[in-house]
Amino acid sequence: MKELESMLELKNLTKVIGEKIILRNITLTLREGETLAVIGPNGAGKSTFFKCTVGLLQPSSGEIILDGEAVKKKSAAVKKKIGFLGHESFLYSNMTPLENLRFYGKLFKVRDLEKKSKELLKEVGLYLFRDTPIHSFSRGMLQRLAIAKVLLPEPKILMLDEPHTGLDQEAVALLNRIIKEKQQGGTSILIISHDFEQVHALADRVAILKKGKVVDTIELAQHLDLQEMKAWYEKVVKEA
Amino acid sequence: MTSIFSDALTIAGKDLRNEFKSKQTIGMMVIFSALVILVFSFAFDPTNNMVRAVIPGLVWVITVFAGILGLNRSFISELENDSLTGLRSAPIDPASIYLGKVLANFTLVAVVQLISIPVLFILFGYRFTSSYFWFILILFAGTLGFIIVGTFLSALSANAKNSEMLLPVLLLPLLSPLMIAAVQATRIVLENEEIQNAVSWLQLMAAYDLLFFGACFILFEFLMEGS
Repeated sequence: MKELESMLELKNLTKVIGEKIILRNITLTLREGETLAVIGPNGAGKSTFFKCTVGLLQPSSGEIILDGEAVKKKSAAVKKKIGFLGHESFLYSNMTPLENLRFYGKLFKVRDLEKKSKELLKEVGLYLFRDTPIHSFSRGMLQRLAIAKVLLPEPKILMLDEPHTGLDQEAVALLNRIIKEKQQGGTSILIISHDFEQVHALADRVAILKKGKVVDTIELAQHLDLQEMKAWYEKVVKEA
Repeated sequence: MTSIFSDALTIAGKDLRNEFKSKQTIGMMVIFSALVILVFSFAFDPTNNMVRAVIPGLVWVITVFAGILGLNRSFISELENDSLTGLRSAPIDPASIYLGKVLANFTLVAVVQLISIPVLFILFGYRFTSSYFWFILILFAGTLGFIIVGTFLSALSANAKNSEMLLPVLLLPLLSPLMIAAVQATRIVLENEEIQNAVSWLQLMAAYDLLFFGACFILFEFLMEGS
């Protein structure tokens, strides 16, 4: 079998904030078309890890290579390949869904912006609300729009920070359907989550982050069921 | 560089569209300036010659204090739904966020000036006979310097608990040289004195604008990493 090329490579990533070491020498690879989930207890450094990977924070040492190019603060070309779905929606409340997509689409230099925006709004089920300011939207509707915003520039890698938090079943199903479609299309996906069920349903591989270190990784393709995955997590976290 | 400008225009366009849609900040700024003008027009007798000496100071009091109301909202509005992180994760130069905010804030303050300065002249019974060119040039240089520094400090203070208090505390001392120059230059123009006397003040304002613009433009990306 042909070895899959790596889409994202973290080499000896260390982040120190003040005198505190948040990330310690993390080396991790996300292969092309793979879905990697990073889980871990609170305070493990998941958010900092994510911010560094997206390019919002510069690592104190080490390197992040995305699709062959180093991720830096000013690397616009690299950032264009990243679809970042964060804790928050990053949307403007007094703008309509269409205005929000137009605005971000312009910043991401998306071609056929108008057509793509409308198509995505149909895909996430918000087309009827396209001209309604989003301040009255529910958390689920906001997350749907945030998903549309992330998909607009057709990113090569999706980075999802606890994407299922606060979503109703319908929104979870929609998000999972989109993630699976992207997986089939060969998009690499990095998920940070506390939701073991979703991680088990979506990820190919799981890594545990504790005290700023990747303490273990496991392939989920070997028919590891949810209970076994939870038992593995508890064992690794206890021992680390 | 072209991309920085086009991204800045996109950001400024978004801010201005949102503002003219809600009219929240600009409404507040116009009401504040109207109130200042009204109070001072009652405090001073318009028939008195001393009033002429008050007008240059009032022009800049209105600009700075109404402007601070707008600057306070400039980055706080980006904290809702963490939109600032959305901007930072976009493939744009951080400087374009700064430039976009400067353009939007400058436009807002210019609109307030456009409304309040004629009202100030009317209520104080001042007949404008000076050079429009020099007056507008001085207003432009002073307002630009104020917005350049104010926008940067507004980003700096946005994450603080008492950001609305912190901004004036940081901003006003830094503005002192600019405001002294602006008031002096405005006085010279409004009193129809020799324009050469205003040029040196204008040069000081231009130097201030350039120096602070360069520093803020470069430092803004470091500010964004910390936010």
